[in-house]
Amino acid sequence: MSDRVAIVGVGMSKFGELWEKSLREITLEAGMYAIFDADVQGKEIDAISIGNMSAGRFTGQEHLGALAVDMGGLGNIPAYSVEAACASGGAAVRQAYMSIKSGEHDVMLVLGCEKMSDVSQSEAMDTISVASDMDWEGMFGATFPALYAFIARRHMMEYGTTDEQMGKVAVKNHYNAQFNPWAQFQRALPLKVVMNSGMLADPIRVLHSSPITDGAAGLVMCSEERAKEFTDNPVFVDASTQATASLALHDRKDICTMDSVVLSSRRALERANLSIEDIDVFELHDSFTISEIVLTEDVGLAKKGEGGKLVDEGITELKGEFPVNTSGGLKARGHPIGATGVAQIVELALQLRGDAEKRQVEGAEKAMAVNIGGTGATSIVHILGR
Amino acid sequence: MAEKGVAQVWRRFDSIYNLIGTHCSNCGTYYFPPRLVCPKCRRKGKLEEYKYKGLGKIHTFSIVRQAPENFKRQVPYVVAQVQLDEGPRLTAQIVNIDPEDVKIGMRVRVCFRKITEYGEGGIIVYGYKFEPTMIVTGHE
Repeated sequence: MSDRVAIVGVGMSKFGELWEKSLREITLEAGMYAIFDADVQGKEIDAISIGNMSAGRFTGQEHLGALAVDMGGLGNIPAYSVEAACASGGAAVRQAYMSIKSGEHDVMLVLGCEKMSDVSQSEAMDTISVASDMDWEGMFGATFPALYAFIARRHMMEYGTTDEQMGKVAVKNHYNAQFNPWAQFQRALPLKVVMNSGMLADPIRVLHSSPITDGAAGLVMCSEERAKEFTDNPVFVDASTQATASLALHDRKDICTMDSVVLSSRRALERANLSIEDIDVFELHDSFTISEIVLTEDVGLAKKGEGGKLVDEGITELKGEFPVNTSGGLKARGHPIGATGVAQIVELALQLRGDAEKRQVEGAEKAMAVNIGGTGATSIVHILGR
Repeated sequence: MAEKGVAQVWRRFDSIYNLIGTHCSNCGTYYFPPRLVCPKCRRKGKLEEYKYKGLGKIHTFSIVRQAPENFKRQVPYVVAQVQLDEGPRLTAQIVNIDPEDVKIGMRVRVCFRKITEYGEGGIIVYGYKFEPTMIVTGHE
């Protein structure tokens, strides 16, 4: 059994509406960048784990494990395709973590990908909805933004969270994305523009929502023992945890708390023997800006109900005490569903290596990623360290 | 697409037409949508059918302005979580009221409506929506 699991290479495709590129092209691109970054030879890689939510509906292609091995020219190695809605990427990282930890595999390529722009916007909306309880939420007209609007409206009523606070999360994440060369929107976004943007599903505005994005991200992960063959600057997975909550949002006692996130983040901190104050940089799943607010509370950065205040005080800004979504987050880096969880780890690994350039959090030593699926039915947490 | 099959809707008629859920006679919990296993009692649970009275109040809601194909003709429409008097919460549209007048805590009752049409030549799905009780009874 391997002691620790290391990340020795990271790579991303550009995130955005990539009309000229297919699913297989972007996936290969991210994988090759990760392999080049790790300076690992193809023959060293003994398995692939790939996260994707719905290539079957978005592009008509399934069986992505075999596709990735084949396109990468990696011969006959096994490949595991995993799905957990918007947490598919995190699930792929965790799949590799468990495989290496168990000793079954030594060096793995982890991929996450989604090609969303090949279908119309309304087909894309339909497909995103399948992450919720389709029979009992989606079928009755509850769109994905509407489900997050349910959370936002309760959060506003119970804790006084405001439209402005939800807007500020978008402003912060767009600010950070200016310094991320892979981000979909590398430009600042004035608060006024967010607050005047149209309603998707009241009180969720268009600019509170993550966009439709094509993109892929990749990692090379291996046992601690092998890590020194590839790099002098490895990043380690200090903890990998996962928890579940009800598939439908209406089945939760308190819709403003994601129990799955509370449980998985507490357990991850315990395993890493850390407290939340020890974490220097965060990637928290901001599919809608209200989810970043809820997640800051559920991981313990703020008391329940005070996530909005945290944003007002600038604590989660790039230069704040606890920077959240230095990459631009789902809002501005983009949210190619299956790629997101892997892209979060790419960002945090760069931060810990000191390679995050203009968005570098100085001296970052511990980092946390929270990747959620649906309305928090799945939560996957990774803590990385040096 | 898969979720638009005739049988897929037909086999849930009892629930979506008549609000039939389940009740666990072991722990006394009511479930809607109906559950196949009582999450509290699991194998000790005894689930039986229960027809809900169809009364409740709005727990939270949203006004949907951008909708997928099947719901495009209905925008803007109100979708809500309704807390049924028996305990469970469900997701449904709120009708018979101006969207701007909907409020958390408002009393509602079930009504039978067209939910959606699955495109040209597709099936028409009927089922539950909710309306404010005061519109029917004439007082708050």
